[in-house]
Amino acid sequence: MAQQEQRVERELTMSRAMVEAIAHEMREDEEVFYMGEDVADYGGIFDSTEGLLSEFGHDRIMDVPISETAYLGAAVGAAQQGMRPIAELMFVDFFGVAMDQIYNGMAKNTYMSGGAVNVPMVLTAAVGGTYNDAAQHSQTLYGTFAHMAGMKVVVPSTAYDAKGLMHNAIRDDDPVVYLFHKRLMGIGWMPAPDGPKTPVPEDEYTIPFGSADIKREGEDVTVVTLGLHVHRALEAAESLAGEGTSVEIIDLRSLVPLDTETIRESVAKTGRLVVVDEDYRSFGVTGEIIARVAEGSLSDLEAVERVAVPDVPIPYARPMEDEVIPGVEDIETAVRNADSK
Amino acid sequence: MFEDMVTARYYEERLQEEYLEGKQPAFDISAGPIPGELHLAAGHEAAAAGVCRHLREDDVVTAPHRPHHVAIAKGVDLERMTAEIFGRETGLSKGKGGHMHLFDPDVGFACSGIIAQGCPPAVGAGLAAKRRNTDGVAVAFLGEGAISQGAFLESLNLAAVHDLPVVFVIEDNDWAISMPKGRVTDVADGSRRADGFDLPGVRVDHDDAVAVYDAAREAIGRARDGNGPTLLEVQVHRRMGHFMGDPQSYRPDEDSEAAQNRDSIERLAADLRDRGVDDEALDEIRERAHERVDAAIEWAKDQPQPDPEAAHEDVFVNPPSGVTESEPDFDLAGGDD
Ligand SMILES: Cc1ncc(C[n+]2csc(CCOP(=O)(O)OP(=O)(O)O)c2C)c(N)n1
Repeated sequence: MAQQEQRVERELTMSRAMVEAIAHEMREDEEVFYMGEDVADYGGIFDSTEGLLSEFGHDRIMDVPISETAYLGAAVGAAQQGMRPIAELMFVDFFGVAMDQIYNGMAKNTYMSGGAVNVPMVLTAAVGGTYNDAAQHSQTLYGTFAHMAGMKVVVPSTAYDAKGLMHNAIRDDDPVVYLFHKRLMGIGWMPAPDGPKTPVPEDEYTIPFGSADIKREGEDVTVVTLGLHVHRALEAAESLAGEGTSVEIIDLRSLVPLDTETIRESVAKTGRLVVVDEDYRSFGVTGEIIARVAEGSLSDLEAVERVAVPDVPIPYARPMEDEVIPGVEDIETAVRNADSK
Repeated sequence: MFEDMVTARYYEERLQEEYLEGKQPAFDISAGPIPGELHLAAGHEAAAAGVCRHLREDDVVTAPHRPHHVAIAKGVDLERMTAEIFGRETGLSKGKGGHMHLFDPDVGFACSGIIAQGCPPAVGAGLAAKRRNTDGVAVAFLGEGAISQGAFLESLNLAAVHDLPVVFVIEDNDWAISMPKGRVTDVADGSRRADGFDLPGVRVDHDDAVAVYDAAREAIGRARDGNGPTLLEVQVHRRMGHFMGDPQSYRPDEDSEAAQNRDSIERLAADLRDRGVDDEALDEIRERAHERVDAAIEWAKDQPQPDPEAAHEDVFVNPPSGVTESEPDFDLAGGDD
């Protein structure tokens, strides 16, 4: 992780790092405020606003009624007045009830107005399964948001990235969708893997959107992924190293914009591409990444594999959830398959 | 009614025990024999029992994310429901749905984890009953937190303008996760929302099952007779956290205590005693309920885990043929290296 070379001892969970960036931006700019369900007194179901209420009060850390259409649309309206709202959708799955405000308003108003208005808001939402909450609370809708023009889409996988990307997101003059994986947040009741907890500088810093991070260098196979699956891929790479396969892992960090260059360069080196995603397989992130590489550097490609949710809603029972959400072994198998071609 | 309420309360006490197994001392939501989140309805029983007593098997009920007491009152198969909650193959949804997504079409029951999502389908069931000229009725249960949701308000309007046989039942437990009712609406009496649609709105205080029963008889009778929808709000209490594992640090202790002290089951028991039912009879009902619940839980725990491969089934009733999920051999180098 190149950006972390500045020696920092202090480690934070991903949620603490996000909150630190939000608090900093709120201190700097009165126009920044946060609204959502259970974000004030509860501190966010996934600790996404833990501690903010005591510093900023209910006016700026705003609990809202369960009315996503109203409050996400209100965020669009306030942003168009030049404020900088951060609006939290508790689980990304709930976006459907407010789809119009998101897809037809937040995403399109800049364009439809010919640039006369803009929507400098951040939509945050929790994504991901792995704790058996079934089909309405476990989706990882990366592709859904990245698919429609007009929204930047950001997905951190570590505390360091979470903070830098959040600073950027709040300062950005466009709408940004900031998707955090529940499993990475470091919540008491949902143990996180070790990976997301990283050293985080106290000072502010930004990580430009569209700069993928090479989380592990390797020679034989390129694995492109994001969110929770960065950590699963790292675990797979560790055991594959024991078999003599050297895996390079690219963490996209943002889908819009997408750092196609870094991916192509890596594939130019390895010739083998594996894309891992916790979203549905068809019409999604895996297909997009492969298409981009094929468009620009088809001749570099010797093998392609994709690992994703096989186009089924997320089932409840553990054996079935394990079957559909890619695990470390699934990634290992895909890498081996790619490597053997 | 008493039996439904006692069954629901004991059922959830048993579920709670099972749920916590393996999740303690440090609560880990992904451990233990019951997967996922668990929202318990202790303190809500009067609303479900009082309303569902008037329903027939062919009437339709939609419930929210806190569904067990409603499911029990509507007569959902207790064993298969329990197997579903344990994520077993013989569960109502073969282990695919879980506790927030129980479907029992045999008794017209469904629920959902999206707030107010059950309201429009209840209107649809009412529409079907009216169009087909049956005297069927649909009931949508929702929390007081859900009355801010567009789906609810739009449903009230649609049911009203078409005079559909639908009853909307708000279970007002004063809390929507950490949000007290006073901070999400300026109108404490949720049944007054009916005024805006020119519908009858009725509120029942003190989670009084008998009063719910009386109010529901009228509302459901009205719907059955072709006189359109009613909005019924019932005061209930949330005796537990929002979901298992919720530390409730946002909630004043007095409020939690008050919820414990107002028990609709005790209230109904006292009422029954006043009407001359003796303790022995009540105990007998309790015992019967406990036996039934224990048997369902034992049965469910003995059921097999689903085959992981089953995850791929049921996406469609009619799976598209000739199109397989693309898993081609991307051997771009064209054979051996
Ligand atoms: C559309 C949508 N938004 C938010 C949530 C998250 N959520 C689940 S339960 C709940 C509170 C519901 O409160 P209420 O309707 O009063 O029912 P109660 O839980 O008190 O029974 C919230 C906000 C959701 N499931 N769906």
